[in-house]
Amino acid sequence: MRSAPPIDAFTLRRRPPQEKLTDIGFRQLTLVLAASVGIILLAIFVTVFTGAREAMATFGLRFLTTSAWDPVNEQYGALIAIYGTLVTAVLSLLIAVPIGLGTAIFITEDLLPRSLRDVIGLLVELLAAIPSVVLGLWAIFVMEPAIRPFLSLLHTTLGWTPFFSTEPQGPGTAPAILILVVMVLPIITAISRDALNQVPIELRQGAYGVGTTRWGAIFNVILPAAVSSIMGGVMLSLGRAMGETMAVTMIIGNSLNFSLSLLAPGNTIASMLANQFGEADGIQVSALMYAAVVLMILTFVVNVLAQWIVRRLSLRY
Amino acid sequence: MSVTSPPTTSQFTERLTLHYDPGLKRNRLNQIANAVAGTFAALAVIPLFLVLIYVLIQGGRLLSLQLLTELPPAPGLEGGGIGNAILGTIVVTLIASLIAIPVGVGGGVYLSEYAQDGWFSKFVRFGNDVLAGVPSIICGVFIYSLIVATRIFFDQSFSAMAGGIALSVLMLPTVIKTTYEGLLLVPQEMRMGAYGVGASRFVTITQITLPAAFTPIATGVVLGIARAAGETAPLIFTALFSPFWPEGLFNPIATMSVLIFNFAIMPYEAQNQLAWAASFVLVLMILGANLLARWISHATRA
Repeated sequence: MRSAPPIDAFTLRRRPPQEKLTDIGFRQLTLVLAASVGIILLAIFVTVFTGAREAMATFGLRFLTTSAWDPVNEQYGALIAIYGTLVTAVLSLLIAVPIGLGTAIFITEDLLPRSLRDVIGLLVELLAAIPSVVLGLWAIFVMEPAIRPFLSLLHTTLGWTPFFSTEPQGPGTAPAILILVVMVLPIITAISRDALNQVPIELRQGAYGVGTTRWGAIFNVILPAAVSSIMGGVMLSLGRAMGETMAVTMIIGNSLNFSLSLLAPGNTIASMLANQFGEADGIQVSALMYAAVVLMILTFVVNVLAQWIVRRLSLRY
Repeated sequence: MSVTSPPTTSQFTERLTLHYDPGLKRNRLNQIANAVAGTFAALAVIPLFLVLIYVLIQGGRLLSLQLLTELPPAPGLEGGGIGNAILGTIVVTLIASLIAIPVGVGGGVYLSEYAQDGWFSKFVRFGNDVLAGVPSIICGVFIYSLIVATRIFFDQSFSAMAGGIALSVLMLPTVIKTTYEGLLLVPQEMRMGAYGVGASRFVTITQITLPAAFTPIATGVVLGIARAAGETAPLIFTALFSPFWPEGLFNPIATMSVLIFNFAIMPYEAQNQLAWAASFVLVLMILGANLLARWISHATRA
């Protein structure tokens, strides 16, 4: 048997210099890596703004309110794309929010056995995993032909309003809105589900204790308690819907003519970038960058608003 | 002044009973609301099935060895495969992971282990949320201006490297967020224990804290990779496309997502078919990765 080496219990061990060096070096390294987020963000803003400077100087704010997109005469205005971006994003959310919220309620407020609820939750999350380009392919070859009869019906019955005034012919704003619904639905469902799950059980027990029904509790107690997170999630989805590119590009028709009709082909900023950026040159690149700046500001405002809502609106219970 | 006498017990039981009465207005409304929520849940799940069924049928029947190993045909010709695009997707995603994972994990470590709760960490976390919200097409525009247009890599314009970097910008916020949140879950006692037996900060983090947070970090990383593999918008004008086998990291490269985009809008039947086939392979890979992530988080929780 070996005897244990003598231990001088009260001697402080001096840290070897290379240990100190590794510690400091590692700390500095992670600091730089964390800072890279800020640097990248800043670089994105600077790059896109410098790219857009020429168009900003040439077209000014007129760019936002005119709809000419004419590479031959070098006249550019992004009104169609901005209008398309806002309309598709807002209308798709108007459809997706009730459905997503309903789904979230359905899988959190024990209407079903837990195992079944988890399966539905998993399926909705898997829907989020399907790449947008695959959804676009599906939209072109399956969804759009399938819904065209319904869109035609909309046209024949509501054709007197400017929003349905054109005959649906393949790609258009309406199919783009529907595919956006499919894309933002999982986000809204997932965030609403988390928000509802975080409502303290005592609130539910209290509500049921005073004798309300399930939906009385949901509408008067649970939803108001979760409203800030849900609103935050809705805003995040709005940002996502505005920036969504591939599926929308493939199905919206990329029209350069302004039309109020949802059944006519339209355009969004993102799909305009996807379509033209690769082949553009001269001031067209700058004009596209200007459009990119507009998109970036829109999504930035929406995202910051989302964070602000979550922090400010949260009820204290 | 008249005082109404309190209702007697018998009066109560006449009107109110503890038995559930489905005919009551509020109970009927309840049933209707249940049905509406159920319908919405069904509506939310249906698109997944419709997409999956079509991708499986349209793409699955084309599955063959030729599909996985050959080059796509020239426009108008039949046959061919998507071998170069499968390889390209793997290459580009690998480049993105090799950049985003070390940077993201490092950044997450700083935020959770070192940062005081000051302006810097607030700024980085805020910036991370903003970066996560930047549309993917803007990432493409950014990398195009930064790398492709400036021809920074050996005077090459479009390249696999540029595509990989664009995807890494997209992955980074996910990796940072999951690392940061994963590390926050590690009990403070574990760090104290490590310091107590004389471990340095570096050793504590690499040997104790990071391994303890492996599960949430790995889950987030796998999900980030899966998302990057399916992204198209950042690649169309960075990695571009190529009908040939990959020619190194500094030349244009084919990827499945860009192939689907390009071939879906071509007026040729053979190309459309290949787009479906590529969707099949891509969806299978991504759903596989998602289930893997789920398995990691369940299997190692125990």
